[in-house]
Amino acid sequence: MLTFIIYKLIICVAVFGLSLAVAAYSTLWERKLSALLQDRVGPDRAGPFGLLQPLADGGKMFFKEEIIPNVSNKFLFILGPSLVMLTALMTGAVIPWAKDAYVAGKLYSMQITDINIGILYLFGVVSVGVYGIMIGGWASNNKYALLGSMRASSQMISYEIAMGIAVIALIITSGGTLSLREIVEQQDAGFANIVWQPLGFIIFFVCALAETNRAPFDLPECEAELVGGYHTEYSSMKLGLFLFAEYINMFISSAVMAAFYFGGYNFPFAHELYDAMGLADGSKWIALIGFGAYFTKIFLFISVFMWIRWTLPRFRYDQLMNLGWRILLPLSLLNLAITVVVEFFRGHITF
Amino acid sequence: MLGYTITQWLFGILSFLSIMFALMVVFSRNPVNSVLYLVLTFFCIAGHYLLLNAQFLAVVHIVVYAGAIMVLFLFVIMLMDLNHDNEPQKTWVTKIIAGIAGGMLLCVLVGSLKGSEQLGISQYGSSQIGMVKNLGKVLFSEFLFPFEIASILLLAALVGSIMIGKKEIK
Repeated sequence: MLTFIIYKLIICVAVFGLSLAVAAYSTLWERKLSALLQDRVGPDRAGPFGLLQPLADGGKMFFKEEIIPNVSNKFLFILGPSLVMLTALMTGAVIPWAKDAYVAGKLYSMQITDINIGILYLFGVVSVGVYGIMIGGWASNNKYALLGSMRASSQMISYEIAMGIAVIALIITSGGTLSLREIVEQQDAGFANIVWQPLGFIIFFVCALAETNRAPFDLPECEAELVGGYHTEYSSMKLGLFLFAEYINMFISSAVMAAFYFGGYNFPFAHELYDAMGLADGSKWIALIGFGAYFTKIFLFISVFMWIRWTLPRFRYDQLMNLGWRILLPLSLLNLAITVVVEFFRGHITF
Repeated sequence: MLGYTITQWLFGILSFLSIMFALMVVFSRNPVNSVLYLVLTFFCIAGHYLLLNAQFLAVVHIVVYAGAIMVLFLFVIMLMDLNHDNEPQKTWVTKIIAGIAGGMLLCVLVGSLKGSEQLGISQYGSSQIGMVKNLGKVLFSEFLFPFEIASILLLAALVGSIMIGKKEIK
C-alpha cells in the first residue's frame, strides 16, 4: 500500500512538473519560432540561446505589482485564474505517457490513472475550464473583459459539439473503448487511427485550436477590439496563470491528438526495432524510447500550433461561428456516417 | 471511525454540501452567485452518482449540466446585467403564492418518491450497471426503442437550432 501511494505520488508530481516545464519552454519556443518566421533573432540575452528566458519571464510576472480593482468581486476575481490553471493541469491525469515497465521487479503503469471513461473525463474537465474565463471576465467589472469572456464561452461550447462528434467516430474506429490507454494500445498492432480518420483528425485539430483559444481563434483576447479580452484587468502572476494555462492546454491537446490519431507512444516498425535491440516486453528502455517517440509527436504538434498562429490572420466573430456551426458540425456528422459504413465493411461493427 | 464506513462518511458530507449549496442558490441575492452555487450543487450530485458506482452518469452529468447548460445560464445572466445585490422587494401576495406553489411541488415530489425504497436497485444483474459497458448493453438491447426515439428528438433539436441560426431560409 505504501509503495503504491509513493508511486502514485511520484507520477503525479512528474506529470505536474512535466506540464509546467513544457509550458515554460513552449513560451521560449514560440518566440524563437516567430522570430524564425519573421526573419528576426528572437530572445538571446538570458543564458545561452536565451534558454533562461522563461525563468526571467516568470520572475518578472511574480515581482510585478498586483492590482485588484476595488469595485470587483475579490473572491471570484482570484478564483478565475486559479480555476483555469487547475483544469489545465487536471487533464494530464488520464494520458498514457509510455508503456508499462518493470522497476525493481514490479510492473508499473506510466499513467496517473486509467479510468474506463478517460475521454469523457477529458471533456468534463475541459468544459468546466470555461468557468475560469467567465468568472474572471465577469468579476473584473470591465466591459471589455466581459465581452471577452462571453466570446470565450460561446466559442468553446460551439466547438465542443463538433469535437465530440469527431471523437465518437474515433471511438467507433478504435473498437468502442473510452480508455485512452486502450485507444493507444489498439494502434500498436495495426495502422494509426489517422489512416481511418483523416477527416475526423482535421475537425478535431481545428476544434482543438478553438478550445485552447489559440490564433486564428483567439477572439476572446483580441487586442485590436477588446484591449486584452478577459484578462484586461489582471496583472502580475494572475495574468501569468491565464497565459500559462493556455500553453499547458496546448501541450495537453497536442498529447491527446498524438494519442488519438498518431498512436501515442507507438511508432512504425517499433517491434522490429525492439527485437533488433533484444528488449523484452516491460523493459525500461522500451518505455523510454516510446516516451521519446510520443514527445517528438507532441513537439511537432506544438510547433504546428505556433506555425498557424504566426501565419494566419484572426477570424471575424461571425466567421468563427459560421465555421463552427455550419461547416464543422455537418462535416463531423458526415464523418460519423462514413466511419460507420467503413467500419461495417472492415468487420468491426456487426448486427 | 465512529462505526461508519468511508462510503457512509462521504455520503454524509456530500449530502450536507449538496443541500447547503442548494439552499445558497435560493438565498443568494446576486443571480451570478446563485448560478455558481447551482454548479457546485451539480458537482455534489455527480459525487453521489460516483458513490452509486455510476461513473458514466456522473461524468455526463458534469459535461452536460455543469459544462454546457449552466454556462448558457451564466452567459444570459451576465449579458442581462443583473448584477445588482439588492433585488426589488416582492409584494406579500407574490410571496404567499410562491410559498404555496413551492409547497405543492414538495408534496408532489415526496408523493412520487414514496414507496420507491421497495424497488430493487440491482434489477439488471449487479451494482456494476453504471459502468459504461453494462449501461450500453442494456440501452441497446432492452431499452433500444426509447433510446432511439430520444436520440432522434435530440438530432431534430440540433438541426432545428442550426436552421433558426440561419439568416434567411431559402
